[in-house]
Amino acid sequence: MRKEVLFSGFGGQGVILASVILGRAAAVYEGYYAVQTQSYGPESRGGASRAEVVISDEPVDYPKALSPDYAVFFSQEAYTKYVHEVREGAIVIVEKDLVPHRDPEVENRLRVYEYPLTELAEQTTGLSLTMNILTLGILVGLTRVVSRESIEKAVRDSVPGGTEEVNLKALKKGFELADSVADSAS
Amino acid sequence: MRYPFVTGGSDFIQGDEAIARAAIMAGCRFYAGYPITPASEIFEAMALYLPLVDGVSIQMEDEIGSIAAIIGASWAGAKAMTATSGPGFSLMQENLGYAVMTETPIVVVNMQRGGPSTGQPTLPAQGDMMQAIWGTHGDHMLIVLVPSTVQEAFDFTVRAFNLAEKYRTPVVVLGDAEIAHMRERVNIPKPEEIKVVNRKLPRTPEEERMPFGDPDGDGVPPMPIFGRGYRTYVTGLTHDESGHPKTVDREIHERLIKRIFRKILDNKADIISYHEYELEDAEVAIVATGIVSRSAMRAVKMLRERGVKVGLLKLDTIWPFDFDMIKKLAERVHRIYVPEMNLGQLYHLVKEGAEGLAEVTLIDKIGGEVHTPGEIVKRIERGERR
Repeated sequence: MRKEVLFSGFGGQGVILASVILGRAAAVYEGYYAVQTQSYGPESRGGASRAEVVISDEPVDYPKALSPDYAVFFSQEAYTKYVHEVREGAIVIVEKDLVPHRDPEVENRLRVYEYPLTELAEQTTGLSLTMNILTLGILVGLTRVVSRESIEKAVRDSVPGGTEEVNLKALKKGFELADSVADSAS
Repeated sequence: MRYPFVTGGSDFIQGDEAIARAAIMAGCRFYAGYPITPASEIFEAMALYLPLVDGVSIQMEDEIGSIAAIIGASWAGAKAMTATSGPGFSLMQENLGYAVMTETPIVVVNMQRGGPSTGQPTLPAQGDMMQAIWGTHGDHMLIVLVPSTVQEAFDFTVRAFNLAEKYRTPVVVLGDAEIAHMRERVNIPKPEEIKVVNRKLPRTPEEERMPFGDPDGDGVPPMPIFGRGYRTYVTGLTHDESGHPKTVDREIHERLIKRIFRKILDNKADIISYHEYELEDAEVAIVATGIVSRSAMRAVKMLRERGVKVGLLKLDTIWPFDFDMIKKLAERVHRIYVPEMNLGQLYHLVKEGAEGLAEVTLIDKIGGEVHTPGEIVKRIERGERR
């Protein structure tokens, strides 16, 4: 088993933190081999940001994503640059307010779930910056790449002290959104 | 000893963080450095942890001062480390030679980024391999270890301290920006599971007087510690066994330098480590080190599926270099490919070792991206079709 996850957006959206939390859930709480890598510009906010997590039940040789099984796009730039890389049938989550220009031809071969993620985070916790954690909730809810318990523990480990509850609220909202997809599909 | 991080369990951390934790578990209690991407997180971790284990972390004025400080700390009895990247490593070369000449156990970490000069600060490269081996002037010998995973970043750092202490020598841990910033699962042993080697100390008054002697015949002199009552002269000038300068005596210079070579080269079997993968029936071999060896490992799996009999020799130690091992490999295969993130460095060592018995082909790549497995596969398929 080798699963590749791509997170992308711009600096400040918590792209890298989301990938670190997923990697931690897989490595520390599920006992998988997991590798998280990242690339970003020198700017701390606004530059393009990309992170990858590879999760495997055997040691990971090449540590980068070759054709992601799951992908998250938080910005138009990231979407335009990377959407072609993802595997056919990949589960893809798109921040629809920030990615207005879409490629229907590519999306035809993907399973795309689009949400106004930033707005949903704002409504749920009053903090738009919990958007990355809410997205993790959707991702884990839809893909079960790690268990909900594991991602919850990894969120607790990784967010700044005192913000655990607000982040867990965002995470659970993400689970609910994933559940409603599953309900409507069944 | 209680450590300010998880021991006896697994964690999900960056290569830089793994190096810092390993150093502390290997006994490092002094760090001097100057921040530089992609090694700054090593400094940050040491600054956080060292005061909690009765150690000292200090920011120096530059990298020249940093390596000078750890050499001094080592003579004062502390296990000491500094970490940098290419531009800082260049500044450290003079004192790296001083550490070789004064036989000072230190660990110097260089997380390689694109060069020359300030180059590509955030991106990985393997352009400093020759500098790590030959960067300082004069005939010299040291040890260079190259990790390819975050676990190896941890394990090789522990090993670097042990080799430095055992052979009274500087040891370079040569990582890269990818390993530095990559997060990966690391198993951190319990403290009692880590083998820690400590330097030989003088046992007799005679040994106290001869801090550069060879009482055990292994080329490694016992090292007196400042502040413990010894009167020791330490100099970068050519010195006799007592440590005093003797700069025009041919025999003394040759005896000193050859002993410094011998203490490492006579112990290659202990110092050199490597891994073989699918080499038993291989007709074609890949020799790689560091992060690129992981792409090469995947390339071997892909090529094997396509029926190409290829195997991988992954080098953990690039200096001292095992030329004999490469020769034996060259006797068994008809071609050796060397993928590396530079325009040809390890390639020259492999070519020298192969002695013309197998063709050696460089797969170079620069610009800040690790070779993809597909790129290595393509080059080998093209090469083998000829």
